[in-house]
Amino acid sequence: MGITRRLFTGIAAAIGMTAMVAGAPGMAAAEWSPKKPVEFIIMAGTGGGADQIARLLQGLIEKKKLSPRPFIPINKPGGSGAEALRYLKDKAGDDHTVLVTLNSFYTTPIIQKDLGVDISTFTPIGRMALDTFLLWVNSDRKEISNLESYVKAVKETGGTWKVGGTGSGQEDSILTAMMEKEFGYKVTYIPFPGGGTVAKNLVGNHIDSTVNNPAEQNEFMRAGETKPLVQFTPERMAAYPDVPTAKELGHDIVYFMQRSINGPPGMSKEAQDWYINLFKTLFDSEEWQTFCKEDGLTCDEWVAGDALATFHTEQARRHKELIEAVGAAAITGE
Amino acid sequence: METILVALAGGLVEAFQPLNLMMILLGCTVGLFVGAMPGLGSVNGVAILLPITFLVPPTAAIIFLAAVYYGAMYGGAISSITLGIPGASTAVATVFDGRPLATSGRADKALTAAAIASFIGGTISVVLFTLFAPPLADFALKFGPAEEFALMVLAFATFIGLGGDDIPKTIFSILVGLVLATIGLDIISGKPRMVFFDIPGFLRGINFLVLAIGIYGIGEMLWTLEKTGGNVIVHKVKMTWAGFVENVKSVKEYIKTTTLGSVLGYFVGTLPAAGATPASLMAYGLAKTFSKDPDSFGKGNVSGVAAPEAANNAASTGSMLPMITLGIPGSPTTAILLGGMIIWGLRPGPLLFTEKPDFVWGLIGSLYVANVFTVLINLAFIPIFVRVLTLPFTILAPIIFVLCIVGGYAPTQTMHDVWLMLLFGIMGYLMRKLNYPVAPAVLAIVLGPLAERSLRQSLLASQGDPLVFLERPISAICIALAVALMLYPVINGMLKRRRAAQAE
Repeated sequence: MGITRRLFTGIAAAIGMTAMVAGAPGMAAAEWSPKKPVEFIIMAGTGGGADQIARLLQGLIEKKKLSPRPFIPINKPGGSGAEALRYLKDKAGDDHTVLVTLNSFYTTPIIQKDLGVDISTFTPIGRMALDTFLLWVNSDRKEISNLESYVKAVKETGGTWKVGGTGSGQEDSILTAMMEKEFGYKVTYIPFPGGGTVAKNLVGNHIDSTVNNPAEQNEFMRAGETKPLVQFTPERMAAYPDVPTAKELGHDIVYFMQRSINGPPGMSKEAQDWYINLFKTLFDSEEWQTFCKEDGLTCDEWVAGDALATFHTEQARRHKELIEAVGAAAITGE
Repeated sequence: METILVALAGGLVEAFQPLNLMMILLGCTVGLFVGAMPGLGSVNGVAILLPITFLVPPTAAIIFLAAVYYGAMYGGAISSITLGIPGASTAVATVFDGRPLATSGRADKALTAAAIASFIGGTISVVLFTLFAPPLADFALKFGPAEEFALMVLAFATFIGLGGDDIPKTIFSILVGLVLATIGLDIISGKPRMVFFDIPGFLRGINFLVLAIGIYGIGEMLWTLEKTGGNVIVHKVKMTWAGFVENVKSVKEYIKTTTLGSVLGYFVGTLPAAGATPASLMAYGLAKTFSKDPDSFGKGNVSGVAAPEAANNAASTGSMLPMITLGIPGSPTTAILLGGMIIWGLRPGPLLFTEKPDFVWGLIGSLYVANVFTVLINLAFIPIFVRVLTLPFTILAPIIFVLCIVGGYAPTQTMHDVWLMLLFGIMGYLMRKLNYPVAPAVLAIVLGPLAERSLRQSLLASQGDPLVFLERPISAICIALAVALMLYPVINGMLKRRRAAQAE
């Protein structure tokens, strides 16, 4: 049995290798390349994590001269990414549009059924990173120093605690709903047009807390204006050695966000291969890996093409469960 | 104070480095043309030129892009005035009076006013930037949703309170704009709203520039066609040195509104999410409200050109403040600049001022230099721009039509927007024929989404209690000013009547 399995794995690996050689990116690239500027759609507002990533990638593409035509970042933040998803759907068959995703890629089609978007029809290109979440409060809140005092403070407000986020159905609203369920409190969720604006409103004390990504909050942490209380990762990240994980504290809340690149439905195989090759080069670049390290992103494993499609299917399933568990109403605030 | 001057001197020295100086000159010139082309605003210009900046050091790069941004603010006025098509969304308010001035043969005066007002706006704002950057960054932080909404109310009030216009018609026009602004996806829940006939194009909402180009470009063209009955008219434009001096001297006609517009533009610019377009519209509204002769606005008052032009330049400087200190872009263009900064390895945020003083002060220094350059370049080009108007209307009309279509298509690259633009053109023509003011509708579609978002955020935060707008000091002041502005024409009218009665 052991031998057969090993043999089978070996064959599978060999087939995989052949397939990789056959579809060698270099060859594909020679056949297809963009004929006009590529629309680089961001399904969130300016200044947020997805936006920063898209702009960095665009810059690297230009700097390294990886594309004969420029990539133009376009923000389509409307309706928790619904605008962007719908836009991509309507671009079916187009080889000059790619989308940088957040997890609203999974949740928005589940929550907004009448949108008519099926993400499994999109063309998977590559997963650039997994982003993480932390719980942040303004540093002025001296009375809140850890998760326990945070939960106590939220409960005392009796539902008027203001959590800022980037939109109903976005990952931070899911995480907020997960926390409400876990700790048995209610909060008032207020959507803003991007993580950057959320951070500004936290510093200005217009909201009480947020579960922003590190990239959106780090500069304010360095300036001593906001502080992290908990991280929602399986283990402590190297960037935050002193911040406990929710898991350590006995609360099973682990949540990631994927940052992947996807094309519209029916993108040609040649174009898909070209984009996979392009983003693989970017993923491996020193600049990208440095950015990941500084921003608390996990960028160890390159997942592309069909493997990414499998990952998407699995994540979409998990999000459906999560939404069913906490209730779509808890996320959309209805 | 002394430390600021030392830092500024360092910044100016940085700006006068040969490479940086060249970047400013190049950026201003490119920006001027980018801004003047309908549909190719500073956003697209900066986005397209961003890659070029990888060839030079970060400071030179941001100086170049800031100069493009700056130049585009000047340039937007050119097509607004000469062709009646707003070159960029920031120059829409310039059309209101710029176009009537041009058709009455005073295009040179309008263009000179635009250039000089831009210069004044730019200078005032960069001085404010230099002196008060850190306290203003703190002030911007005090602006939460409630304050933002109060500011929007104030902006609407400047338009309702316009003396002279038929107030019910003005309100109707604002409401039309507000209804159009709600089309698309709901800001809070993400549900589609008012998607007519299930046309997917409406999910994106109505692009403001499509409305503006339609109403002003196409609508104005139809109106002119009707008025002239297709007769060939040629505007005589004489450009003499004496005329130029005369135009420059006429600065005293609009210096007050320009200063007001500059300060207002700078403050609005520093607030994240607002930017130069609302600033220019608000400045126009204020200029008209406080004018001795409000009836002449919209018919060719030079202050109506100067105020928005001063404000949009001031706001473009102002919007760099939240970009540098908070890492939040104050306008779509600064969003792209911000992206550039991240690529160059600069982390915008509260520490940038102290950690990268060379960069920040180099940028500030370059703004002073860019301002001088752009006004000189712009004034030098005016005789050429004015020549456009010497073309007979039969030749000019098709050119305007083509430019409108390009301008409508360029931002989103969909035919949906081109059809919409034509529709708005016909609507604009009819509104004009029926004597409805269209400027308030344009204002409403710009500010509507901002106002809606901040209103709903505030009410969510206050658990539905509207008193939140009066409890917070900054927002209460804005609301009080708004009420005063709305009542101003009424009281003014009453006073006039009483005086008239006394005279009898």
